Amino acid sequence: MLATDKNSTLKQTPLHALHLARGGKMVPFAGYDMPVQYATGVLKEHLHTRAGAGLFDVSHMGQIVLRAKSGKVEDAALALEKLVPMDILALPLGRQRYAQFTNAAGGILDDLMVANFGDHLFLVVNAACKAEDEAHLRKHLEDTCIVAPLPDRALIALQGPKAAEVLAQFCPAAPAMKFMDAGPHQVQVSGQSIACFVSRSGYTGEDGYEISIPADRAEALATALLAHPDVLPIGLGARDSLRLEAGMCLYGHDIDTTTTPVEGNLTWSIQKSRRTGGARAGGFPGSETILAQLDNGASRRRVGLKPEGRAPVREGVLLFADAISTDSIGKVTSGGFGPSISAPVAMGYVPMSHAEDGTTVFAELRGQRLPMTVAPMPFVPNNYKR
Amino acid sequence: MTTLYTEDHEWLQVDGDIVTVGITDFAQSQLGDVVFVELPKIGRALKKAEAAAVVESVKAASDVYAPISGEVVEINDGLANEPALVNSDAESKAWFFKLKLADKSELNGLMDAEAYKAHSA
Repeated sequence: MLATDKNSTLKQTPLHALHLARGGKMVPFAGYDMPVQYATGVLKEHLHTRAGAGLFDVSHMGQIVLRAKSGKVEDAALALEKLVPMDILALPLGRQRYAQFTNAAGGILDDLMVANFGDHLFLVVNAACKAEDEAHLRKHLEDTCIVAPLPDRALIALQGPKAAEVLAQFCPAAPAMKFMDAGPHQVQVSGQSIACFVSRSGYTGEDGYEISIPADRAEALATALLAHPDVLPIGLGARDSLRLEAGMCLYGHDIDTTTTPVEGNLTWSIQKSRRTGGARAGGFPGSETILAQLDNGASRRRVGLKPEGRAPVREGVLLFADAISTDSIGKVTSGGFGPSISAPVAMGYVPMSHAEDGTTVFAELRGQRLPMTVAPMPFVPNNYKR
Repeated sequence: MTTLYTEDHEWLQVDGDIVTVGITDFAQSQLGDVVFVELPKIGRALKKAEAAAVVESVKAASDVYAPISGEVVEINDGLANEPALVNSDAESKAWFFKLKLADKSELNGLMDAEAYKAHSA
């Protein structure tokens, strides 16, 4: 019932030695040897992040600078708008926004964060997609933009209600930042002032920060943060259960090239200016499909699902309209146990006829049909400092 | 009473023709926080190596296989309300089910405590 697999070709983040020293249980993830949990365990790591502060190594993610050859951030924004259905031009200086790269069919190539750093854009993309994303940006934007990945920077997330108080000791500017503020900030570590990029955002539904720091200073910062009694290191296991409770998508599972942003229930992330009748309507890959779905609706939608009882209903489980019909109506794309609500939670795709909150659908689990209720997300209220 | 172990990290306590089955402390430590246990129905006739129970941690679901053939005569209802018992007391209070032994010879291939210790080291 148990299996372990070690692959020596896995890449390591700048915090790899720290994970091992802290007893991290390492697993392969997106080509990296990453901690799925520490001795604390997934359940306690999850609950600690919602009560105190959790430190996550997300250095495997891709950090990319997008700079217009003209030197104007507006030109970089307009260029990026050719690849995403978001309004990047109106993104104010020092602000960050959630976005998706779309393909010609309206599917999602990756989801990402975009920040306006004044003279360039700063992008954070998924680890598993970063090579393709860089190639995609180069292929489509190289005539007007310089695409510069930052492989020599680590990315550390500090998440939870105590994150601001803890980070304030190293970065006095941090507490004054609002949710989705992002920019260059000096971080003080062991007497040194280090040029970092700090955003007040994350992937847990909690208040918190992501700190981009030169790779050779990452361990010093992580060690200093972990010395605070309110901070524990948190592995990928709790990262997944936290984002699931927060209703956030995991790329490659809840959204992928076969799901559009509208089907993925990410309509909120598409600003009016890019929709039909907007100042810069369309003009991104798959815009015909996506704008038509925005105007007329899509046939299915990603919804939150609460299983009755205590059995977790996981990714891949088929959904049915009732307890007997043989044709499935959809599929669970993420599911597990939500430690903060002490109950199983899931998300998946259902036809619009079954997408209303309160609708009962049935999951087929080990030969049995288990009722699940379509439920609003997030499952746990967000705790952002707006 | 004898306690035997399987390669799949289950323990069996043999008391006459009644065999109590659970997962080992090593197994629970590898699974992590257990949040759900699904047990077989009383009266079900299990064949050796058949999926008999499911134990779910926050991370994943794992099957527990019938270590021997037999009829399920009792299940540990306490695990439904307190699945975390598997983490805190895997080899005693968190037993899964009791089987009425169908074929005593099936016990022959199982490990004793010392052999299991070497196996899970």
